[in-house]
Amino acid sequence: MSLYEIIGGILIIIGAAFLFLGGLGILRMPDVYNRLQAGTKATTMGAMSLILGVGVVKMEDSWTWIVKMSIIIIFIAISNPISSHALARAMYRRKRYPFIKSSDKNMDAYREIIEKEEKDEKTVMNDQ
Amino acid sequence: MIYIFYITIVLLALGMLFAIIRFIKGPTAGDRTVALDTMTTIIVAGLVIMSAVFDRFIYADVALIYSVLGFIGVIVIARYLEGAL
Amino acid sequence: MKSLTISEKISRFTVNWFFLMIVWIAFTTSFATQEILTGLFVTVVVSFFTIPLFTCCTLSILAPKRIFYMVYYLLIFTRELIKSNFDVARRVLTPSLPINPGIVKFKSKLPTDYAKMVLANSITLTPGTLSIDIIDDTFYVHWIDVKTTNPEKAFAEIAETFEKILLKIFV
Repeated sequence: MSLYEIIGGILIIIGAAFLFLGGLGILRMPDVYNRLQAGTKATTMGAMSLILGVGVVKMEDSWTWIVKMSIIIIFIAISNPISSHALARAMYRRKRYPFIKSSDKNMDAYREIIEKEEKDEKTVMNDQ
Repeated sequence: MIYIFYITIVLLALGMLFAIIRFIKGPTAGDRTVALDTMTTIIVAGLVIMSAVFDRFIYADVALIYSVLGFIGVIVIARYLEGAL
Repeated sequence: MKSLTISEKISRFTVNWFFLMIVWIAFTTSFATQEILTGLFVTVVVSFFTIPLFTCCTLSILAPKRIFYMVYYLLIFTRELIKSNFDVARRVLTPSLPINPGIVKFKSKLPTDYAKMVLANSITLTPGTLSIDIIDDTFYVHWIDVKTTNPEKAFAEIAETFEKILLKIFV
């Protein structure tokens, strides 16, 4: 085995382990926001590490592999946080309130915004 | 080298299995979409591994296009759930 | 939308064209003449029609000092990404599931929408946080292990290191 194969193999194994942990995370976590946390972070870095590993393994053959793999890595790094953010916002707007362990009322800072928007909508409807 | 690919495929399949269990269990549409998002990323990684195992450069393009389409799909579902579509 | 002056338009066009051309070469992965010519045509047309849409930055983004800070940002970001993954792995693998989730808010001083988007995406990928919404200057962040609900302290805990560098890049 060459040096490229050893480094790439280690990266591939790390990436696959984190993808596995991402799957386990969305199975174990209690509500949709925590699932998004585990799913997004673990799968993003898992996929990035695995794809970089493949690029490094194939680097002895030609330089085109690592370039194409970097394009995929950059795209995943940009797109995964955006989709998780859109999902989290959509779920909050559908009033799936997050699971909160402690009884502190300040723990959910976003709810006041939603309640305020609802009140505004109601007053607008009453005015009409 | 081929043993590394075997281990990788097994780990990816297990992650995929957990995501599918979450996809079936739900309980809300959002949980299913989270599972779909995770599955998309795992499939992209699997396609890249396939392109390395079979030594076909063109499969990497398939992975790139799949990640773009999966991203658009998740965004569309999220906007629909939000009520913006 | 405010109308742009000619110099702003030209500088945005140049930046868009530059990045699109890099992406084109990376896509085709070849330096053959026909590929480069097609790429030139396509990128010029696309960047001409997307001047009002891609508002990320003007030509001054390519100054050496800013590129230095971008590389520095990438290094810090990679370190935080690796840290966050081990954090998630520890939480998922512990049988008792040690989480204390909640939503906190804090204010940021970043001037442009693009810089805010970069900060929001970065804090989504850093340990234990997931950005939910941005309303004007206020970020709403889901935190898997809430240490404080005070906005200033939460800001210092979550976003201060990133914002310091982003202010140097985008201002």
